[in-house]
Amino acid sequence: MKIGVVRFPGSSCEVDCLEAWRLVGEDPVMIWHQETSVKGFDLIVLPGGFSYGNYLRPGSIARYSPIMEDVIRFAKSGGLVWGISNGFQILTECGLLPGAFLRNVGLRYICAPQYLRVENSDLPFTNQYEKGRLIQIPISHGEGNYTIDDEGLKRLQDNNQIVFRYVNTDTSGNPNGSRDNIAGIVNKEGNVLGMMPHPERAVEEIIGGVDGKEMFLSVLKHWEGRSQGGA
Amino acid sequence: MLKARVKVTLKKSILDPQGSAAEKALKSMQYPVESVRIGKFMEVVLNEDDKDKAEKIMHEICQKLLSNPVIEDYSFELEG
Repeated sequence: MKIGVVRFPGSSCEVDCLEAWRLVGEDPVMIWHQETSVKGFDLIVLPGGFSYGNYLRPGSIARYSPIMEDVIRFAKSGGLVWGISNGFQILTECGLLPGAFLRNVGLRYICAPQYLRVENSDLPFTNQYEKGRLIQIPISHGEGNYTIDDEGLKRLQDNNQIVFRYVNTDTSGNPNGSRDNIAGIVNKEGNVLGMMPHPERAVEEIIGGVDGKEMFLSVLKHWEGRSQGGA
Repeated sequence: MLKARVKVTLKKSILDPQGSAAEKALKSMQYPVESVRIGKFMEVVLNEDDKDKAEKIMHEICQKLLSNPVIEDYSFELEG
């Protein structure tokens, strides 16, 4: 599978994303944001960090980086796009995913382990989880307070587009005020995923947990099935 | 050249965590404050002398980059 991870000025999780893909046997490629084509790629990852210093609004300037025009075209033609944290913010700014982000309720930057519930396990990104499973994946953001209007929320709910919700376990509930406890969503077609938690930081026991690893395995499983079934 | 003075504010329906924090602080300082909303102010100097053209450009700039229409409203004034 040909995987590209886009590096914007200010990205900070791109190397972790590359490393996570290597752990599951892939050989991903870094794509500089000034490039203009994602031709030949099977998956594009928009990593976390602080693209353009998060000036103006997180993701608002990265959304106009040269590479994004082709990423948008790729996504609209059915290509797999996975935005993590700042990548999720970029996906809402460019309109590939609905909604927007506000400062966390409480105004604190939160970097902590977080429990999530897998709400949709029928996706290229989540097929290795059982629906309803609780997983622990770290969050790290100051502006993760997901907001969307009533109609938009109803559409997400009706189309099963909510992929992860923040859940209460022992210590952690909704950490940032996100509407309907939303931690991650997909587009209606299911090929564009945005999530605030960082699965690339939960792929080895030594870094605190492995609950994120199944996401990477899910994508590979999906790709395997697709290339065997298709063509 | 024309200068645009741009105001970007959160839509009324959107909660403003920063505004609420400032509001609570002012109330605890005993000021007769009902509410606070925090927005952004920007100045854009355009290489354009035609007011109509400048206005059109500013609407585009505001819609595309300076504000996010999902959560924010914008307004601007042009001055020579």
